[in-house]
Amino acid sequence: MTISGEFIAFMGLALVAIIGGVLLLNLTKVVHMVVALIFTFVSIAGIYVMLSAEFVAAVQILIYSGAITIIMLFGIMLTKHDDKGETTTGKWRKVLLFLGVVGFALAVYIGIYDFNVTQVPTDLHVENTMKIGEALYSKWVIPFELTSVLLLVALVGSIVLAKKEDKEADKE
Amino acid sequence: MSSVPASAFLALALILFCIGLYGALTKRNTVIILISIELMLNAANINLVTFSKYGITPSITGQIFALFAITVAAAEAAVGLAILIALYRNRKTVNIDEMDTMKN
Repeated sequence: MTISGEFIAFMGLALVAIIGGVLLLNLTKVVHMVVALIFTFVSIAGIYVMLSAEFVAAVQILIYSGAITIIMLFGIMLTKHDDKGETTTGKWRKVLLFLGVVGFALAVYIGIYDFNVTQVPTDLHVENTMKIGEALYSKWVIPFELTSVLLLVALVGSIVLAKKEDKEADKE
Repeated sequence: MSSVPASAFLALALILFCIGLYGALTKRNTVIILISIELMLNAANINLVTFSKYGITPSITGQIFALFAITVAAAEAAVGLAILIALYRNRKTVNIDEMDTMKN
């Protein structure tokens, strides 16, 4: 493996992504955890650009670093977030979980470390957005329309779930 | 061709997935558990986009599928957070180990 600009870019992005994830596990304040995860989401967008998926990268930044992070911050601010009480899960349980996750990682890594398909030259980066639009509106048009129904159902459902009960609202 | 092998991208996705899995299983705050699940979905998206470029037959379909996955993940986050707000209004807690009404 030669050291090229692409390799350096990949290593930098991967490092930032993993550091964000580790900070998520280790920080104590909930707001800091969410802010640490923004780094991960942005560098995953960079990874998408390296994989010639510019449109997915833009969507990643808009949806994840923008919308989902903000909605999670709202969720934290609207609930009790200064509670740093001791966890009731035992230490042995955490150790067992850690060992289980590491075992899972090793098992999958054995499967993927020598994954080597002869790379076919692609032109996915040429007019990426136009290709995605053409595919969405020709081959995948029915899943696309179903997605709009799903989003509508999620919108109505979350409003119904989160709004106050009528009696409760009358009291105030 | 590219100097970064496809297995490097897959390994990055694996590490992020494992971080998300560990966070989802050990954290106490429900919002953090939700966002750990988002991290796991993101790792799956990296795999989809990687195979859309480095698979045996590269095509745009992997990116389309990643877009659908992002949409469904956003809807899931919204509904999950609405459930959390409703639960917080009734129980005054966001800790996952205190939500055990169905346990007894």
